[in-house]
Amino acid sequence: MANATTRKARPKYLSLSALLFEIRLPLPGWISILHRISGLLLFAAVLWLLFMLDRSLASEAGFESIRRYVDLPVVKLVLLVLIWSYCHHFCAGIRFLFLDLDKGVDLPTARLTSLVTLVVSLALTAWLGWKLW
Amino acid sequence: MVERVVTGAHYGLRDWLAQRITAAIMAVYSVILLVVLVGGMPITYPVWKDLFAQGWMRVATLLFAASLAWHAWVGLRDVLMDYVKPAGARLTLEVAVLLALAGYLGWTVQILWR
Repeated sequence: MANATTRKARPKYLSLSALLFEIRLPLPGWISILHRISGLLLFAAVLWLLFMLDRSLASEAGFESIRRYVDLPVVKLVLLVLIWSYCHHFCAGIRFLFLDLDKGVDLPTARLTSLVTLVVSLALTAWLGWKLW
Repeated sequence: MVERVVTGAHYGLRDWLAQRITAAIMAVYSVILLVVLVGGMPITYPVWKDLFAQGWMRVATLLFAASLAWHAWVGLRDVLMDYVKPAGARLTLEVAVLLALAGYLGWTVQILWR
């Protein structure tokens, strides 16, 4: 029988420390929240990316200035984060489309496809980053 | 009586479906662009300019941009519905997102058909 020493503290509230240290999100949960975070990052970056597209197509000098601009390490780092965001959003999105069609909703498959999503998007990011550099 | 919130969901399938269809359009465009960028010749200014001078590329990019705007609208609306509870603040942010997306779309047209 449960007594005061073995019983878990209930009710449990969603405090920040609980979210950070106590509640461990399963892998499909990470895919989901990262899909949201990557989507927000991409939305925030649209203005900047459009600016670069605009300049790069406007003139030869503009193209060269953007080429030098994306050579800056800090710009490359931000681009790499955005490339990851795109790859993750892309892969996780395809996974969600399959879930919508009721494919892969059982727990073992859902966990496996989460891992695949994570690995493939990171591998794609590494490959594209290598191409960029 | 059911309380209807002006910044709430529209209880419909349309946005949900639109988000998925626009996702598919953007996915196809992404793969095409990736093949062009990675598979083709090194990107110099003439190559870059010629790519976006072609009719199909302009139309495809416009379709991508329109899909992105619609897709991002649904996504951002979902995020705002989850995290911003006061109706006034949510409406203000929703309007800001819509204005930004409309502006981006207009700018894209201007970039493509200069």
